[in-house]
Amino acid sequence: MLTCKDFLAELSDYLDERIDAELRAKLERHITECPNCWVIADTTKKTIQIYKGMEPYPIPSDVETRLMKALEKKMAAKQR
Amino acid sequence: MHSTPVPSQAGFDEAPFVAQARKGDDRAFAELVKRYEAKIFRLAQHITQNREDAEDVLQETFLRAYEHLDQFQGNSKFYTWIVRIAVNQALMKLRRRRTDKSVSLDESIDTGEDTVTREIAAWDEDPEQRFSREELGEILDSAIQTLAPAYRSVFLLRDVDDLSTEETAEALGLSVPAVKSRLLRARLQLREKLTRYFKRKGDDAFAYM
Repeated sequence: MLTCKDFLAELSDYLDERIDAELRAKLERHITECPNCWVIADTTKKTIQIYKGMEPYPIPSDVETRLMKALEKKMAAKQR
Repeated sequence: MHSTPVPSQAGFDEAPFVAQARKGDDRAFAELVKRYEAKIFRLAQHITQNREDAEDVLQETFLRAYEHLDQFQGNSKFYTWIVRIAVNQALMKLRRRRTDKSVSLDESIDTGEDTVTREIAAWDEDPEQRFSREELGEILDSAIQTLAPAYRSVFLLRDVDDLSTEETAEALGLSVPAVKSRLLRARLQLREKLTRYFKRKGDDAFAYM
């Protein structure tokens, strides 16, 4: 029998679908019998979905300006 | 921490820009900088926890990438390559700020029984819709800030930037098993933090215990 601890150890691979069919069947059997692990699996999956593709904020314009200046200087130096 | 998100970069094919840049096309290189600068800055801020250091890391990363472009092998993604440069630069910054000089992303982290599962409550179907885009951004950002640095960069690269486990390992100079165990802990800790905001109304923590 799979324990909750065993289930948690495989949770990432289970959610990333990187496990074989046999283990998957065992894990799925466990969550039908264990409401706590079902909740953990479901809310962890939602956590990953919410974060996936979260775009970074644009960099502040002063930071951008200094970056481009530094880069232009480097590029100009290379061409000489 | 910031203002509004930039437009999605989904589907961006970096390969033609990288090829042109390697032939000496500076405009193609500048395009790559524009595509990745915000992600590199975010990563640098998460590692250094300091805006000034993060700006230095940002500049040094792209200047080094430009200078050493001929050393880029092309058998990994250009983005993975610059992340590796950025991580090294960021760690150097941290080392300079600490006296013991012993900083690395491999620093000992608790590998004990800390898979956090105290808060167990079901969430709404679309829990994020309870919040405005701005509120949601703040919630997600501040939850990441609470992670240990060693977990933070793994989560950011693997789950936010969508690199594979192998690419994340390569970018951070970690083994695949190390990435996997940190990722699991990061995911579970964030799940726990977000449950505070997203749990179904009327459901208490421990409702199922």
